[in-house]
Amino acid sequence: MWKPIHLVPPNTRIDFMRWHRFTFALAVIMTLASVGLLFVKGLNFGIDFAGGILMEVRAPQQPDLADLRGRLGGLGFGEVALQTFGDPNTVLIRLPQQEGGEGAQQTAIAKVRAQLGSGWDYRRTETVGPKVGSELVKNAVIAVTLAMAGIFVYVWIRYAWQFGMNALLAMIHDVVTTIGLFSLFGLQFDLATVAAVLTVAGYSVNDKVVVFDRIRFEMRRYKTMPMSDVVNLSVNETLSRTTVTAGLTFISVLALYLFGGAVLHGFALALMWGIFIGTYSSICIAAAGLLNLRHSRIRGDGEGAKEAGKGATRGA
Amino acid sequence: MLHFPTWKTAIVLIVLLVGTVLAIPSLMPRATLDAMPSWFPKQTVTLGLDLQGGAHLLYEVGMDKLVAERLNNALDDTRAALRKANIGYTDLAIKGNTVTVTLRDAGSVETAHDQLKSVLTEGMELTADGSTLTIGYSETGLTQLKQRTVEQSIEVIRRRIDETGTLEPTIIRQGEDRIVVQVPGVTDVEELKSRLNAEAKLTFHMVQGEGGVGAVPPTMMDLPEEDSGQLLRVEKRALVAGENLVDAQQSFDRGGLPVITFKFDSVGARKFGDATSKNVGRRFAIVLDNKIISAPVIKDAILGGSGIISGNFTVESARDLALLLRAGALPAPLTVIEERTVGADLGADSIEAGKLACIIGLAGIIVAMILLYGIFGIFANVALIFNGILTLGLLAAFGATLTLPGIAAIVLTLGMAVDANVLILERVREEVRNGRSAITAMEFGYREALGTIVDSHVTTLISTLLLFLLGSGPIKGFAVALLIGVSISLFTALMVTQLMTSVWLRRTRPKLLPL
Repeated sequence: MWKPIHLVPPNTRIDFMRWHRFTFALAVIMTLASVGLLFVKGLNFGIDFAGGILMEVRAPQQPDLADLRGRLGGLGFGEVALQTFGDPNTVLIRLPQQEGGEGAQQTAIAKVRAQLGSGWDYRRTETVGPKVGSELVKNAVIAVTLAMAGIFVYVWIRYAWQFGMNALLAMIHDVVTTIGLFSLFGLQFDLATVAAVLTVAGYSVNDKVVVFDRIRFEMRRYKTMPMSDVVNLSVNETLSRTTVTAGLTFISVLALYLFGGAVLHGFALALMWGIFIGTYSSICIAAAGLLNLRHSRIRGDGEGAKEAGKGATRGA
Repeated sequence: MLHFPTWKTAIVLIVLLVGTVLAIPSLMPRATLDAMPSWFPKQTVTLGLDLQGGAHLLYEVGMDKLVAERLNNALDDTRAALRKANIGYTDLAIKGNTVTVTLRDAGSVETAHDQLKSVLTEGMELTADGSTLTIGYSETGLTQLKQRTVEQSIEVIRRRIDETGTLEPTIIRQGEDRIVVQVPGVTDVEELKSRLNAEAKLTFHMVQGEGGVGAVPPTMMDLPEEDSGQLLRVEKRALVAGENLVDAQQSFDRGGLPVITFKFDSVGARKFGDATSKNVGRRFAIVLDNKIISAPVIKDAILGGSGIISGNFTVESARDLALLLRAGALPAPLTVIEERTVGADLGADSIEAGKLACIIGLAGIIVAMILLYGIFGIFANVALIFNGILTLGLLAAFGATLTLPGIAAIVLTLGMAVDANVLILERVREEVRNGRSAITAMEFGYREALGTIVDSHVTTLISTLLLFLLGSGPIKGFAVALLIGVSISLFTALMVTQLMTSVWLRRTRPKLLPL
């Protein structure tokens, strides 16, 4: 049998907490920059939220986009967005929401079909009317808020409120920067993106919980060790797991990005960023945020005392 | 660690076996599965519309229009009833959800009250306050009307789709006044939509004369002829309506032109008979959705309860109209407020892409796990593959729907499912480093990591659960697959690997772990 690889060498002791001022500042800057981007540039909302019409059509041979743009633009639907999608023969047509109520969307589809003529394969048609769009926005906001609140409460109950608060702050950082990334690159923001953002939130906290677990354990074990040493020790001890899990999840999401088809691109991209930022924020925001925590905040008796005892024998 | 109780082993093996059996039908090609004997499990994962192709339509029932129409009718009927009874009135008008009228003579309130009872339709109430009478909808009346209207609409939609035979639609009410129609495998969505959208409200009215001249009297209305667009003035009150139809078929008249033959029920037949015998020589209009299809002259009284609608039909359009008339009219107009239609080709492409991503993601993780953890990586990989199989099996057993985001969830779960094993194995390495023997280190690894594993999984499950509760359509599919996958990974990553590890430890009794 070969010798398994140790991705992170045993007894690695990187002094992460030395940079905590810098990483905090960076986190604040990135979060504010993301929020700023949202205000200045906004998001490229997909039809799920903005309403409108989306058609994925495939021509028998490579279509002339300029000609197509001219023909569809002449129909008077407002700004017609065209892009090739997946392969050169497939075109994504996006029309803004049509004035004149819900029925107008259907009329517009019929007109586009008439203008394109025969020979086209209508792979996908989606329309979202004004009412549904605003409801989807509402539900998405509720879902993200409730998920964050739920996770905060869970972490609070299982650990202490400082842990919950740090997890929440780090999660907000991860979620906001993920959304900021979508704004920066003008990537389409739709329901699938919201699912990705929620998954990022879940993953992010999943990662933090592992580090928190270790910090709590070490706090009970070394009751007098300075907090920065406790956090550093814990982060280093869990570093191997953190990188391995992030790496493995990244592999699967990368496979999704490369081979899962054009529909899932934005989704996979959000997750890739989320895995990266979630791992980073575990160490540099969530863990580092505990530097001012006092040992007395963690109940040291009962279960903790037992673990501390075990730790003492193990420490040898 | 050496001792893995027999009952636990039994449970693990049974779960794996049952899960695999449940998953097998979904993994087999359709044709092979169909050729299997009848005892063979056939329950497969339901593919979402985005994978098998089909239409998802969200309709809104036009309650506002229905209420407005009902109130207008009530207004007309009130006027007619009061005139007939010679009761003087002023201020007859629609206010909000009510029709109000003030009587000139307060003494006639009682008579008027009796007369107006016949005006009431479903959900309406008649109240008197001094000399003012109010006909209108109460809160409960309106809710009741909504309820009934949506139910009727669903029934009509079902009949209209069923008439074509092969499709298997899902039609469900959503919220107060919405209907979700999901039709897998439909090829011509435009045709489906136009069939569902048609109100198909058929009525027969007496023709007064040419339309568009002078003021239209309150009891009359001007309607266009379908072909010429010429206006005819017809009576508002219908002689008979489509709801009295019991049958409608496409056939041909003597000249070989396509027509629709129809048949009334006994009530319709009597009304139609009365009206035609009284009006021989006059024209009546056959009105479909506010357009006059034809306006023939009544030659004789039509007493048999059946008749012919001729118009400018093709065989096709006559057949469609007959179908719509048989299925009945929609009680209120329907509007598509959300549509998601996927062609079968795109669905098939998505399945292929999803499979490819699954296989490559799985291969990448398998290789990485072996490189990182050697023999224990192999154990984790076996557990991972079972995680996939069990997820599929459970999806099939629950009758859950697999969507493209669902496939994405399965791929994502690959990475997250081995996390538990990574946590355990990293912990074991630490324990070994701390000087524990092979077997106790393994034991500690599983025990100490358990709390962390549960905590980290719960946080993932919280966010996924919310996605499930608040998400719609494909996103729900993502949440379901992720929920099942992550939950199962708790079982596979803990129990299945533990079983394999304990067997291996018993066999080899290693001094040092190859980790």
